[in-house]
Amino acid sequence: MAILECKGLSKRFKYVTALDQVNLCIEPGRVVGLLGPNGSGKTTLIKLAAGLLTPTEGEILVNGQAPGVESKAIVAYLPDRDFLPGWMKVEQMLSFFGDFYEDFDADKAREMLTRLGINPKQSFKTMSKGTREKVQLILVMSRKAGLYLLDEPIGGVDPATRDFILDTIIRNYNPDAAVVISTHLIADVEQVLDEVIFLQQGRVALQASVDSIREEQGKSVDQYFREVYRC
Amino acid sequence: MEWIFRGDQPIYSQLIQQIKQGIVSGQLPPGGRLPSVRDLAMEAGVNPNTMQRALQELEREGMVYSQRTAGRFVTEDMQRIESVKRAFAAEHIRLFREGMAGLGYGREEILALLQEEKEENDGDSGM
Repeated sequence: MAILECKGLSKRFKYVTALDQVNLCIEPGRVVGLLGPNGSGKTTLIKLAAGLLTPTEGEILVNGQAPGVESKAIVAYLPDRDFLPGWMKVEQMLSFFGDFYEDFDADKAREMLTRLGINPKQSFKTMSKGTREKVQLILVMSRKAGLYLLDEPIGGVDPATRDFILDTIIRNYNPDAAVVISTHLIADVEQVLDEVIFLQQGRVALQASVDSIREEQGKSVDQYFREVYRC
Repeated sequence: MEWIFRGDQPIYSQLIQQIKQGIVSGQLPPGGRLPSVRDLAMEAGVNPNTMQRALQELEREGMVYSQRTAGRFVTEDMQRIESVKRAFAAEHIRLFREGMAGLGYGREEILALLQEEKEENDGDSGM
């Protein structure tokens, strides 16, 4: 069964249609790039799957159910901005996540934090932007979730941090879980993806595997994307 | 091993080529055990499913083999390795000849240049 499915999904805000009749299906074991220019609906789709927004029309199903308490237990969501309070120390974050999520593996998180040399006594607000992003990613990826939703995890980080993030995604690969990564920096993530979904003005312009695009187009997904979205 | 990917070809076929290159060059010795799919995927920085697909293809081609519990190993069939090596060499030669033809050199001229290069280097290295 699909871990994430959208059927005729639309989301309209007062003056904008963010998603317009989206149909898609994501299977467990896949690492999927959610690609599209700014304003194409990536974050809206992720927020709908995370249960932070409700559809205007159509359905979104996580593991066969509408987003709610049960789906949140299996969805690990990394928002596109800081989501932890500044005063919180790394140690407190670990117990906070442990309290909230049954599937949180604190030892795994500690191991990754140690590898990066992050001090457990350090508070969130004293960390650099890159460190904050790494810490938040570690917390989210240390859950044994069925669906990981990573909203722009590599926007605005240095190349070493980007490598760490991609490495973490590969290291934590689980055939029973799907990972959705939204980004417009395709060249950086292309190699770790199974498939890509192109969003364009709230619609799915294409869902295909990375290697089938390369095979059929004779160019990288990044180059192909630039042609599709040429302004 | 160093992994470099081009944009104009599928990633899995480039993985196949690079692992073969590793085998014919001896970096991955005959009979040697390969790292796990996940470790290889991490080393190459690619999706584990893509790495898995490449290894399955190499298995079909007889370049690697699996032992149920012990993992994957490089073939010990030296003839097989040699024939892949020859195919790689033929491809290098084809590209070289194309490049030289682009400069206007014919076959005999190329051979003469190679001979000349050999004599110069023999002189230098005293071989």
